[in-house]
Amino acid sequence: MIPAAFEYYRPRDISSAVSLLDQFGDEARVIAGGHSLIPMMKLRMADVPHLVDLQDLDELSGIEVGDTIKIGAMTTQYEMINDDDLADVAPILREAALQIADPQVRYMGTIGGNVANGDPGNDLPGLMQCLDAVYSVVSSDGKRTIPAREFYKAAFSTARKDTEILTSVSFCAPKGGCAYVKQKRKIGDYATAAAAVQIERQGDRCTAASIAMTNLSDIPVWSEAAASALLDTGVDEGAVKSAVSGMLGDIDPAEDNRGPVAFKRHVAGVILTRAISSAWARA
Amino acid sequence: MNDMSPDRAERSEKLNGLGCSRKRVEDARFTQGKGNYVDDIKLDGMLSGDFVRSPYAHAKVVNISTEKALEVPGVLAVLTATDLEPLNLHWMPTLAGDKQMVLADGKVLFQGQEVAFVVATDRFAAADGVEAVDVEYEELPVLTDPFEALKSDIVLREDLEKGADGAHGPRKHHNHIFTWEAGDKDATEQVLSHSDVVAEEMVYYHRTHPCPLETCGCVASMDKVNGKLTLWGTFQAPHAIRTVVSLISGIEEHNIRIVSPDIGGGFGNKVGAYPGYVCSVVASIVTGKPVKWIEDRMDNLMATAFARDYWMQGKIAATKEGKITGLWCHTTADHGGFDACADPSKFPAGFMSICTGSYDIPTAYLAVDGVYTNKAPGGVAYRCSFRVTEAAYFVERMMEVLAIELNMDAAELRRINFIRKDQFPYQSALGWEYDSGDYHAAWDKALAAVDYAGLRREQAERIEAFKAGHTRKLLGIGLTHFTEIVGAGPVKNCDILGLGMFDSCEIRIHPTGSALARIGAISQGQGHATTFAQILASEIGLPAESITVEQGDTDTAPYGLGTYGSRSTPVSGAATALAGRKIRAKAQMIAAYLLEVHDDDVEFDVDRFVVKGAPERFKTMKEIAFAAYNQAVPGIEPGLEAVSYYDPPNMTYPFGAYICVMEIDVDTGEHDIRQFYALDDCGTRINPMIIEGQVHGGLTEALAIAMGQEIAYDDMGNVKTGTLMDFFLPTVCETPHYTTDYTTTPSPHHPIGAKGVGESPNVGGVPAFSNAVHDAFRAFGLRQSHMPHDQWRVWKIANDLGLHN
Repeated sequence: MIPAAFEYYRPRDISSAVSLLDQFGDEARVIAGGHSLIPMMKLRMADVPHLVDLQDLDELSGIEVGDTIKIGAMTTQYEMINDDDLADVAPILREAALQIADPQVRYMGTIGGNVANGDPGNDLPGLMQCLDAVYSVVSSDGKRTIPAREFYKAAFSTARKDTEILTSVSFCAPKGGCAYVKQKRKIGDYATAAAAVQIERQGDRCTAASIAMTNLSDIPVWSEAAASALLDTGVDEGAVKSAVSGMLGDIDPAEDNRGPVAFKRHVAGVILTRAISSAWARA
Repeated sequence: MNDMSPDRAERSEKLNGLGCSRKRVEDARFTQGKGNYVDDIKLDGMLSGDFVRSPYAHAKVVNISTEKALEVPGVLAVLTATDLEPLNLHWMPTLAGDKQMVLADGKVLFQGQEVAFVVATDRFAAADGVEAVDVEYEELPVLTDPFEALKSDIVLREDLEKGADGAHGPRKHHNHIFTWEAGDKDATEQVLSHSDVVAEEMVYYHRTHPCPLETCGCVASMDKVNGKLTLWGTFQAPHAIRTVVSLISGIEEHNIRIVSPDIGGGFGNKVGAYPGYVCSVVASIVTGKPVKWIEDRMDNLMATAFARDYWMQGKIAATKEGKITGLWCHTTADHGGFDACADPSKFPAGFMSICTGSYDIPTAYLAVDGVYTNKAPGGVAYRCSFRVTEAAYFVERMMEVLAIELNMDAAELRRINFIRKDQFPYQSALGWEYDSGDYHAAWDKALAAVDYAGLRREQAERIEAFKAGHTRKLLGIGLTHFTEIVGAGPVKNCDILGLGMFDSCEIRIHPTGSALARIGAISQGQGHATTFAQILASEIGLPAESITVEQGDTDTAPYGLGTYGSRSTPVSGAATALAGRKIRAKAQMIAAYLLEVHDDDVEFDVDRFVVKGAPERFKTMKEIAFAAYNQAVPGIEPGLEAVSYYDPPNMTYPFGAYICVMEIDVDTGEHDIRQFYALDDCGTRINPMIIEGQVHGGLTEALAIAMGQEIAYDDMGNVKTGTLMDFFLPTVCETPHYTTDYTTTPSPHHPIGAKGVGESPNVGGVPAFSNAVHDAFRAFGLRQSHMPHDQWRVWKIANDLGLHN
């Protein structure tokens, strides 16, 4: 658990950070909270000759709450949990963030690191897909945005280029009811299965729905099939079963110490059922 | 002096002696980060060592190329077996009478095995050096299943002479280590064939690991000027380590000083001798500099002593009324690549023969076969006394299985089979003499405390509700009544490497009435400095606050076999009480002289000697201490010191009744422990607060083991659970509330009647948690499902029983 030697940089502004990435290419990595990257470096599974620490970039922190919510990439999960304005407009952020790791990790872990690392175990990518969030990235070529639903390509492989830094996450204030339900082995663990659900209703009818699943494939799974099964229904037992069945068609869990595939598929259905029930009750 | 006048009570209270919840004197430093652990030791010029470890579970080592590593800045040396061979240190003896490679000698037998030792100027350079060592392996077929290993043509240990006996008798196969038997085989088989009911089951106690918060490590410093080797380390048995180091290195024992500083938990993991110790010593001799070696967490989980891994095939026979007539057990013990179990020499399966438990079982037979596989060596007593946890788990599962077979309530089945109070001392069918117990009293108290009948009614209602589709949660009631055998042990049958398992205490009373006590045991967090001072306070009448307890430095502490198997209080604690009594005996003579009466005319009274019948005439122990150094007492040497070496006449037999009430979500496999009641009888209670802390800690480790903690291997012998992401250590969030309770049945042979308690909660806790899981599904046909009961395995129970349809 001793990392190989690396050079450490702590730029004061984004342009300096970006130029370091230009200079070192794929030999450089940015570090936010470090709770994924540092263990990988200690295990010598990540080879990072040049480590660019973003913690002095104040412009990447902060939460703006309006019709659109914008969260700076270096905002910690602790800050998200304790932002009352955010909790008023999008309580799902607090609900989900409270299920990430443990309090000590959440003091350090950031939204940017969580969504940008491409770890299928991370909780926020699935939630951001559910909320149809957009990620802003910057490089020496300028700024661009990437929808969360198009960001994840494979485990630890994303649409972000090596020379780009993710600066913020934006999404519309969620309407209707949301829920994030997660099954895990213990505090601090990644999900055995987790579901992010957003539902809008008019009377007894579901008018819009969005569903994403965490750690049940090598990328987060935004399941249109699951969501569409709820549309124009009363979210009754049959509709929920169809949604689960749609979701099961989209996930592709692998066996690991959390359990075999059959177990994971079963609990994915149970967890999604609970998340739909909770979101519908809140809608 | 039986009257407890207010004055006496007040004086007694001031001593903070036996029975008071004195705060732990250790905690001032531990809670302020001021502990002194082995990794805190920093010496001038100290070097750092790190291992190249095998990625394969079974492979030939074709070549080790160290050139590139030696080019890494800071790397000074790379040791391999070839370097150790001229010193005859490439192999070392194990505590179990086997031998173990210090560094890979031509092959490796488990993933994580030590292959080369890199010595560098600092920890970072050592790690870089490890990365640069190039080892060429040729993979060999892997055996991870002990049953397959016993049938396989694959030879794991070519170094062992074919057909020759092992340390514990004949070996039946090249992968077989020993067969160990207890009891009467023929009589037991007779009983099995003539009883009304026989229940048979395979009970597997999976491989796990003690995983102390502090991993293993040491600092070796060879002073070439005076020829003295000092070895600081995480040693649960520093004197035994000194003797072992002397025997294998040839350094005379007086030139070796072993120091165990503060230890961050041991739980058996720190009893054995590891290649890291040998390599550090050799590296210090070679370089002339101190060398530090500290395991990281993955090293610790992969390579230093695992625990359990017992496959226990059981048969239990009874009358149709439920009176047990016989117990049969055949255990297949997976010891990994080397037999490095830490057991008393004559007990290669530890005290597994306590597997008749708390029950009056007239006839029993136990056989244990040890087997080599491609897994890490070890087999230590993880918070238990030499396989007592395995034994307790086995018999407590068999009781449940028998209850199912008889269609009986499991609490009632236990009650009608308990050894009765009037049967003690009780001779068990497998050869032990249980010293004392009152099992029925403890059981009744426990069942009443949890309203057992009410719980069963609630469970029956829950089952109906479940069947009607009103709930998806089942309720399990996990029962355990365990009996331990601790405090090893009588020298006549207990030794490790020929060293009798006595223990010791040496006391010096200072002139001003304070004291220094040195003991042969060593705390790893148990709080000896607190509790041993309490024992002495009551024995010698000086306040516990005035007594310093020292341990762990072999240059100053009297010889002892260390701390494991709940032996500190039963053995070293007894030595402490007896040494205190020697102090008191001399003090009595001094007091009589000072009071100008005959020795027999004074008697001890809390903190003083008083003239019989004239309590206003007295000398306090503080006054007597001073007199010992300033008065010329005729016929008595000056000073006030004593030493005691205590050879226990018998083991002690703590027991307890635990009840766990658990809710289980049938759909996700998640559990919720609604209630856990733990009644312990550890005999005389020295410090109730420390007992409660020990019980909480031990129950939490039991929870971990039963509900998720394991060292799992894949078919290739890769460790699947090598980090704390997958190796389950519960946090406060997973830990339930515990209710503790007690009865007190003093040990009749121990000087203060104490029995030991630190391991009871692990021994009794594991079957209580496991039985709760099983009990939840009993109504749906479950008989046996192996631990750990993590979510997917519990889900699988439900799935296999058709509860998801």
